[in-house]
Amino acid sequence: MEKHHDDCHDHNCGQNPDCNAGFIRKKRAFLEAEKARWEQDSVKPLLGKAPERSDLIDYEGNVVERLAIPKDFDCAYEDKLGFPGEYPFTRGVYPTGYRGRLWTMRQYAGFGTAEESNKRYKFLLEQGQTGLSVAFDLPTQIGYDSDHKMSIGEVGKVGVAIDSLEDMETLFAEIPLDKVSTSMTINSTAAVLLAMYIAVGEKQGVSSKELRGTIQNDILKEYIARGTYIYPPRPSMRIITNIFEYCTQHVPKWNTISISGYHIREAGSSAVQEVAFTLADGIEYCKTAISTGLDIDSFAGRLSFFFNSHNDLLEEVAKFRAARRMWAKIIKEQFNAKDPKSMMLRFHTQTAGSTLTAQQPDNNIIRVAIQTLAAVLGGTQSLHTNSRDEALSLPTEDSVRIALRTQQIVASESGAANTIDPLAGSYFVEQLTDKIEAEAFDYIEKIEKLGGMISAIEKGYVQKEIQDSAYKYQRSIESGERIIVGVNKYRVEKEAPKELLKVDPSIRDVQVRKLEALRSRRNNDAVEKHLELLRKAAQSDENLMPHIIDAVREYATIGEISDVLRDVFGEYKEQVIL
Amino acid sequence: MDNRVRILIAKPGLDGHDRGAKFIAKALRDAGYEVIYTGIRQTPESIVETAIQEDVDFVGLSLLSGAHNISFPQVTELLREKGAEDIFVFGGGIIPEDDIPFLREKGVKAIFGPGTTVKQITDFIEEEMAAKKA
Repeated sequence: MEKHHDDCHDHNCGQNPDCNAGFIRKKRAFLEAEKARWEQDSVKPLLGKAPERSDLIDYEGNVVERLAIPKDFDCAYEDKLGFPGEYPFTRGVYPTGYRGRLWTMRQYAGFGTAEESNKRYKFLLEQGQTGLSVAFDLPTQIGYDSDHKMSIGEVGKVGVAIDSLEDMETLFAEIPLDKVSTSMTINSTAAVLLAMYIAVGEKQGVSSKELRGTIQNDILKEYIARGTYIYPPRPSMRIITNIFEYCTQHVPKWNTISISGYHIREAGSSAVQEVAFTLADGIEYCKTAISTGLDIDSFAGRLSFFFNSHNDLLEEVAKFRAARRMWAKIIKEQFNAKDPKSMMLRFHTQTAGSTLTAQQPDNNIIRVAIQTLAAVLGGTQSLHTNSRDEALSLPTEDSVRIALRTQQIVASESGAANTIDPLAGSYFVEQLTDKIEAEAFDYIEKIEKLGGMISAIEKGYVQKEIQDSAYKYQRSIESGERIIVGVNKYRVEKEAPKELLKVDPSIRDVQVRKLEALRSRRNNDAVEKHLELLRKAAQSDENLMPHIIDAVREYATIGEISDVLRDVFGEYKEQVIL
Repeated sequence: MDNRVRILIAKPGLDGHDRGAKFIAKALRDAGYEVIYTGIRQTPESIVETAIQEDVDFVGLSLLSGAHNISFPQVTELLREKGAEDIFVFGGGIIPEDDIPFLREKGVKAIFGPGTTVKQITDFIEEEMAAKKA
């Protein structure tokens, strides 16, 4: 792929005869004129539809400037930065930044039974949260029913247990699906959960065309970092393209994938590796979709991303900005997209769980606040803030409230959301943005040489790179070279007792009883029939989505559906690399 | 035969968080032990089978999903059933303090939570090995 050309192409400062006072004046006038054009072309059309907030004021009550641009000579400005909402989107994908609408505050939640999680969602919506984000337990994520042997001990633990449409109906009871947007952290069983969501919508009288939300659906990073794969990479990629194709026609407002660097970073990667491997995954999804005959502009606009916000404030801001610029270039130059919407990297962010310490957990509130600021200065579209107690257990309601308040304080009080891309032009941030871009493109090139991301994963290359970074990082903490407050410095002898959330261990029994009752009540002939049709579709190249939807409507369970596909596709076995 | 201490690091259950397990495996290897790592999604049965086959001295279990109260005791129980209680079990992950007495009672020798240093684990291994020999 074409490498980033980042220097002034025609006027190298200091040496170029153009670089004199007259040129600088012309250049400034040009940028001012460009800004006026941007206000006219990009901002004005939006203001009618989405007016800016009324609280964009400084301490004295003056309205804060919408966008600052260089007052001095800056030769690379238009190439590297441009204007918000315009290519290459370094300064954001939205012409008014957060001045019209703030990011979506979306706390990832779910535990125990569908009833309990439904209660937590209603609590969060009452607290001012603006979107839902569903955490599923591991059996649901890996396609086992709660009564499967592999599910023992795991039911309802890291998220809510969903076995059938019945649980999904309970999960969204009294939550109108045409009013909320719902993000679901689900990958190898994403097709099944999306099918259930569509079916719940039908029961509420909401057409699939109205549903808004995201499924993570990013299987590649499961092999790399997160571990909830079922099938081998190639059939998994086929399921993903089936989803892309189905949603383009039937669920057009749905984000069909959230290409995730979050877990890559949590597994111990560097910021550069996070960007590089995530975008390399994105490239692989695009290639696969295109190879099945989809046009880049038909699906690229529904791709979304998910990044980590770590402790190093300025590096993180630079990372988000670099990622946006890189993706725009990739989609435009490598895939020849025409629609600017296809080139926009829209992303969700979660603060870094791995930075939370079990020692002096209240300190985590401050870590999360810094990470929140990084995500906002980096221009995220939505954000989950972790709770202080998550190094110890699932968060209590009090902790979740503080985490949400952290976002609300940054949004309403810090002023960081009043002007667009405020760190642009900082020598340090711009140079770091360039550096992350260059190093991440080097990685992407290496992966291309290995035959693309699937091959790189099969060879263990990506896993090894992350593992090495993680090892080095942890060693630097052990040696004291890197300070983690409360862990290797500023420790206290006696830690205060902590109040922790406990998940009821009898949840599995509850789910098992529900399953038994369901299996005796539903129309088992219809279930069998649709599972058979699904099997046939899996053996051919027919789209699987309609069959999965038919099966969940008849209350086929997630385990039954996944087992049919396991039979046809086989199961992936991890390559252990140390 | 090599008389180095042999350790199996294992991930029971469905949890995919393997950063800690891999770090410990590598760090213990660097500390001079013979280390085997199972990879994720192991059943207690397969862990015990590997432990016996590989003739290890210790099994280190790592789990962050909250299922430790079920799967850790299953491992110690199965080791006992197979007459392999001389294989010592220790664990790590997101394990609330309140659960530690129960796990100790079920035969888990030590629990190493977040913030543990490699030295704390190697000290534990050396002490237990000395006690085994004595």
